Amino acid sequence: MNYGIVSQEQLEQIDTILSDKLIKLGVDCVIIIDMAGNIITARDNGESKYDVYSFAALAAGNFATVDAMAKLVGEQEFSLLFHKGQESNIHFSKIDDELLLISMFGREISLGFLRLNVVDVIEKIRKVWGSK
Amino acid sequence: MSFINLKDKVVQVKIVYYGPGRCGKTTNLEYVNRTYKKQIVSEMVSLKTHGDRTLFFDFLPFDMGKIKGYDIKIQLYTVPGQVKYNATRKLVLRGVDGIVFVADAMAKQRSKNIRSLNQLHENLQSYKESIFNIPLVLQYNKVDLKEHGIPILPTSVLEKDLNSRLKVPYYEASAITGYNVAATLKKIISSTVVSIQKKLL
Repeated sequence: MNYGIVSQEQLEQIDTILSDKLIKLGVDCVIIIDMAGNIITARDNGESKYDVYSFAALAAGNFATVDAMAKLVGEQEFSLLFHKGQESNIHFSKIDDELLLISMFGREISLGFLRLNVVDVIEKIRKVWGSK
Repeated sequence: MSFINLKDKVVQVKIVYYGPGRCGKTTNLEYVNRTYKKQIVSEMVSLKTHGDRTLFFDFLPFDMGKIKGYDIKIQLYTVPGQVKYNATRKLVLRGVDGIVFVADAMAKQRSKNIRSLNQLHENLQSYKESIFNIPLVLQYNKVDLKEHGIPILPTSVLEKDLNSRLKVPYYEASAITGYNVAATLKKIISSTVVSIQKKLL
């Protein structure tokens, strides 16, 4: 898979999946990044004003650190990460070895419900990548 | 590896400042951040220890304008320079497009520069990249210390130590005063963009 360049069609399909499955659900912002900290795509509900570029750099660093920790305790990987706050939460999930899906959401969505949907979204995105 | 978004016409380029501890990597980014404030939309992110040393990395994104209709987003990173943080340095190098190696021109730092450059070579190999192929610029920092009577290495010695095989562009610089900071940055951006173009054609 060459993730360096994605066709316009693929990106549009992915954007539609993210909007339909996560933003409509009430997720504030969804970002797909690669492990180098580049943004593949970002969708939001039109209200959130996150600095997505800095976010991507930090998230890639964060995930890489946790990955290294997993290896230290003999795990292959920790494929998902979750940070809980007062008002907002962040959920990280690995799509494949190169890509990460990050969802930022508030108190109105339960973690379990989000996770169910994220699993579904990841499966759909993998299909889109595979279609090249 | 740069990421090219054909839909939004955006190219993201990752440039890493690498070098031994206290050589001035973060100072380079701070100078760029101050001087080009207008082009920089977001805040510089610094993950550092209480002692003001870089713990993970510094991150500074800025827009360079358009090339052939594509928005070029430059993302500058530094690595932590301290010897013990090599695992973190490796993480920051993931997907790098261009490197500025900042060497400390102080005479007493001579061996540290060489060791750091060797480690860069090894770290790149772990990503199947080669120091001989990746866009690279050397910066001999702290030349201003000469005026304060601190012994610094002549450029000929630094060239022999670090650049005799690489033969890449180099600049004498002073990150604290800003001397040649922009020149270094312009050079690495142009080499990196040319290299990405070549890969695509």
